[in-house]
Amino acid sequence: MAEEEFTDINGNSISLDCQTRSAFCREFTVTSPKLSLRKVMVYTCFVWLFAYAVFFFTENTTVLSSAIILTLAGMMIHIHFVKVDHETLLIIGSLGVQLSSFYASGRESTIFIEMNKLKDIVINEAVYMHGIIYYLCILIKDPADPETVTSVVPLFQSSKPRLNCLVQVYRSCQEILAQ
Amino acid sequence: MVLKIFFPQCCNTADSGLLVGRWIPGHNSAVVLAVIHYPFIPGQVKKYLSELQSQTQVDLTVLGSWSMPKEGQEGMDSFLKDLSTIFPQKCWLQLSREIGKRGFTCQVVQNNGKLLQDQEQKNGDDKIILIHYDQRKVMLSQLHPVQDVGQKSDVEPSELRLVFLTVAQSQPLFFLDKYDDGPLKLTHWQSEGREASIIAELLKQVSVPVCIFLTWLLSLWHWLCSFRMLHLRPVLFISSKLSTCVQSGYRAVHFKTVFSPKKAARHMEFMRKANIFVSFLVDIALGLLLILWLYRENRISKLADTLVPVADRVAKELQELLEWLMGAPAGLKMNRALDQVLGRFFLYHIHLWISYIHLMSPFIERILWYVGLSACLGLTFALSILSDIVALLTFHIYCFYVYGARLYCLKIYGLSSLWRLFRGKKWNVLRQRVDSCSYDLDQLFIGTLLFTILLFLLPTTALYYLVFTLLRLVVVLFQGVIHLSVDFINSFPLFAIGLRICRPYRLAEGVKFKVLCQEPGTPLHLMMEINPLKCSSVLQCYRMPTYSCSPKDSWAALCKKLFVGELIYPWKQKTAKTD
Repeated sequence: MAEEEFTDINGNSISLDCQTRSAFCREFTVTSPKLSLRKVMVYTCFVWLFAYAVFFFTENTTVLSSAIILTLAGMMIHIHFVKVDHETLLIIGSLGVQLSSFYASGRESTIFIEMNKLKDIVINEAVYMHGIIYYLCILIKDPADPETVTSVVPLFQSSKPRLNCLVQVYRSCQEILAQ
Repeated sequence: MVLKIFFPQCCNTADSGLLVGRWIPGHNSAVVLAVIHYPFIPGQVKKYLSELQSQTQVDLTVLGSWSMPKEGQEGMDSFLKDLSTIFPQKCWLQLSREIGKRGFTCQVVQNNGKLLQDQEQKNGDDKIILIHYDQRKVMLSQLHPVQDVGQKSDVEPSELRLVFLTVAQSQPLFFLDKYDDGPLKLTHWQSEGREASIIAELLKQVSVPVCIFLTWLLSLWHWLCSFRMLHLRPVLFISSKLSTCVQSGYRAVHFKTVFSPKKAARHMEFMRKANIFVSFLVDIALGLLLILWLYRENRISKLADTLVPVADRVAKELQELLEWLMGAPAGLKMNRALDQVLGRFFLYHIHLWISYIHLMSPFIERILWYVGLSACLGLTFALSILSDIVALLTFHIYCFYVYGARLYCLKIYGLSSLWRLFRGKKWNVLRQRVDSCSYDLDQLFIGTLLFTILLFLLPTTALYYLVFTLLRLVVVLFQGVIHLSVDFINSFPLFAIGLRICRPYRLAEGVKFKVLCQEPGTPLHLMMEINPLKCSSVLQCYRMPTYSCSPKDSWAALCKKLFVGELIYPWKQKTAKTD
């Protein structure tokens, strides 16, 4: 097990956890920073002050109830569909690779890629907004045609770790893939 | 090379015995399907396995031995080693588990007696992965995208697909349970007692004669429909326009699929049958609800009573519209003579229509009452009938639209041809292009005169055309909404969605692995769970093909047609697709 201090591309601190289950099975967990209470309070206060201002002018209580319902619904949607708590990469030699994302509400979304479909795991560059970032990705091939890459699956899309973290994961994965 | 062993969860606590399963060809892995317990006679085991092999087309073999020693069974180890000589294999697996420990130990013996892995590797690093799976769920599950067994495909099925296929095809292996008095005692997911339900069995027995009877009824209906009289041109034309006939023809095709006495062999056929059947039942249920609502408090008579006044009102509104057009509509100045002619022509039509409606009015209530009863054939039927009634009641609007469009179309063609003459050009039909042409003086004179006349009459005709096209589009929109909802009810795969919600393991997108906590010295243990298909993929995969009422033309083509004056039929119904 190893835990070190890493940051993502925006400078927020994330943590990487590598667990070696066996000689050919490793699990990497990248944990994003948790939902900050201060942000939640700021947004809620903003929405409710705005609702009070509208209520002051229109004298209609529906505005207040709808503001409350909107805030609650928005928060629930955010923690269930948007906010990712941690992402995991489980690599099992000669079986395949499993990627899962765990959301803040506990929801889990997993995909498993079999070894015969996996061509390689590489670090690639991409133009993102106004800069260039590095990202780790899996190259997928069709078993019938092993030379062409049919698609690219990027890893750790929500946490977006920086190059030092990616290099560590990349080296570990290549050790297992080489076996 | 890593050896993967798929081990069913139900055999975790089984007594010692022989492991029965299959080696997956092409991959270094084995699927354990059941455990045969001591005491047994090796000859009977071999006979049983060869019987099952011919029944299931799966090459079942004895994979190795399983030992979970209880008290008083210490001498098992040497006995287990001797078994490998009775059942000759390339590789002999020896799985064992001690009470109190969670991990299994595994040794693999090759047929030259040597152990597979090096015992001196640190951490007892066996190159073996033990994958636990839930046998019942894997047996019932279907991996997507669906690849058929008998289909010859270039793609080799992947390892997981082969595992799923093996467990699904080995169903006869799971028929022996602990209450059977046979010579062999097995442990698998059904060994505690076979699952069965009396209702399901009764339904299965009843369904065959019912299906045969219904197929006979359907053939009777087809014979009725094949009468020569019904194949005359006018009848054929009308029945292709009435959406009720289209819907009933469509349902007949559905019934043919569902009520065929043959059992569905493939997964997709089974899902299709089930979807059609459940859709049909829900349709009937909704139709009956509609009838309940319509006939309670005699709403249908009230509806019939309001029908004639509504038709009257529509006719009156049309009359007022025409009077407005005959005057100075929106401040525009019309050509008085043409205006009066067209206006009077259309007014006379409306007068005819009103008389016709008044003639029908005593019978309308009775007709509507009986027509409303036909909703018991399904909500889609009721909606189709509504669409047809709307089409019949607005027939005069359709007629006006056709007159206006034809007139306008003629005018536009005349104008374009005479405009070419005005410029000294001609349309060459042979070469499909515009060529220059020298006209005589009298041709030019008459042509220019006609051109001027048509040009100045254009605003009047164009206005009539515009008004009636808008009315027609409103009616078409309403009919389109009804058709879309009928389409939706027809094609929505209710059974597949219900299966996805209630039994998510039946429709699998893939698998999930979880690493089970391990003890040192044991190989890697993984738990394989089924990852269910996403709801959007379910809809995409199982959506039934329909006579889709999508718009025939794109927006640009539609606008062009409207401008030129061609008749538009935006909701063109394709003939029912046959798969």
